[in-house]
This record gives sequence, C-alpha cells and structure tokens, in this order.
Amino acid sequence: MSFRTPLSRVTGLGSAKSGTEHFWNQRMTALANVPLMLFSVWLVITLVGADRAQMVATFANPFITGFAILTILSAAIHMRLGLQVVIEDYVHTESTKWLLLMLNSFFAFGVAIIATVSLLKLSFGG
Amino acid sequence: MATLDQWPFARRGQIEGAFDAMAEPNRPLSPHILIYKQEITMVMSIVHRITGVGLYTGTAFLVWWLAAAAISDGAFAVAQGFFGHWFGKLILIGYTWALFHHLLGGLRHFVWDLGKGYGPERYTMAWATIGGSVVLTGIVWLFLI
Repeated sequence: MSFRTPLSRVTGLGSAKSGTEHFWNQRMTALANVPLMLFSVWLVITLVGADRAQMVATFANPFITGFAILTILSAAIHMRLGLQVVIEDYVHTESTKWLLLMLNSFFAFGVAIIATVSLLKLSFGG
Repeated sequence: MATLDQWPFARRGQIEGAFDAMAEPNRPLSPHILIYKQEITMVMSIVHRITGVGLYTGTAFLVWWLAAAAISDGAFAVAQGFFGHWFGKLILIGYTWALFHHLLGGLRHFVWDLGKGYGPERYTMAWATIGGSVVLTGIVWLFLI
C-alpha cells in the first residue's frame, strides 16, 4: 500500500520537490542556441567597426532585434543553469555555494535585462 | 590473477596526498580520474566546461557593446575602439573559438542524449569537434572579418 497523498501522486515529484526541469531546460535552450548563435555570429560580423547610426539602422528591423533578444534570453537561461552545475560541483562550503548561486542568478538576469533594454532602445531609434 | 597493488587496490600514497586520511593500506578504491590513461574524451569533457565558463564571462563584453551603442556615440566609439584593438580582437577570436567548440561539443551531447555515440566513434566526434571549431573560427576570422 502506498502512503503517498493524492497531490503527491499527481505531481509525481519526490522529496526533492523538482524533477527534470534543469536537465530539460538546459537541452531545450542548447537546441535553440544552435541556430540563434549562428545568426548572432553573422549579425556581429556585419556590425564590425559600425558606428551608432549603423547599429540603429540594423536594429530598426524588428526581426533582427527579435532574434537578438531571443538569443540573449536563451543564452542567459542556458548559462545560468550551466554555471549552477559548475558551482555545485566544485564549491562545497554551504555559505559560499549559496552566495555564488545567487550571484550567478544576478549576473545572468543582469546580462539578459541590460542587453534586452539596450536592443529595444536601439530598435526604437537609439 | 590481480595482485593487491593493481586496480581496484591501490597502495597508500599511490595517488599522492589524495587519500592521506585513509588508515587502511590496500583498501579498495572507487575508480579515480588519476588511475585512467588520459583520453581525448576526458580532455574534451573539461574543455566543454571551461569554454562554457569562458562564454559566460564573455557575455559581459557583449553587454558592454550593446549598452554602449544604446547610450551614446562616445561610449560606443570607446567600445568599438577596444574591439578593434589587437587585444580586443584576441579576446573576440578566443570567444569565437570557444563558441564553436561549445556548440559542436553540445551537438555531441545531443548524440549521447539519444543513446548513441558511446562506441569508438566517440573519439571521431571528439576530434571532429576540435577540428571543426578551429576551421569555423578560421572561416569567420580569415574570410568574413
């Protein structure tokens, strides 16, 4: 006989309270990153040595800005999950580990937000 | 017939310093990285992680570049000047290589996720990742920029 509550059975999660989200999100963003990064490499190449007016003209195209923001978001999620594992693997002092995990989130979200706002500002005319 | 100084039995001190706390000599050890012969797949594993951390850190440059473009002509000129300088270019070439290496390494992981590629072909995939990352970096920097 099972002692699991109905809620526990429905969610299918054990005492860890989470399942394969970390693994799945890492693979999903990895797959998204393949075309997005190839696009970004091409984009950056076209902007080598550009001035600001050229940047504004390029990002006036909503498709370019849209894909650039997708790249940033997918990369930020992917790198946050990745560095989380690196920290968990090598840092075994609990206090340092949690501090670094927090800084990891701050950095990833900071990168995502600053880049996105910058891209939107350029897109709307600089 | 395995003797007691062969794996999985290691003499105390065989792996220097790592097992100082162990009181028993000849105690069986779990497989340890230092016991194995170095293989290309082992190197690729840690390089995948190192390039990942490198790409992570390098996003700070990307953010600087985009934010400078969004802020002012002067700020963007400083950023473009940095990336046009040989030192800035060196960082960008390194970043390009790390990106392609991590990307191709990621494709290897997809193959493994599908339950394939665990045979001798793993060496081919490892060398293809190294070769491919160098070639793609070369194409970008020799022909496109």
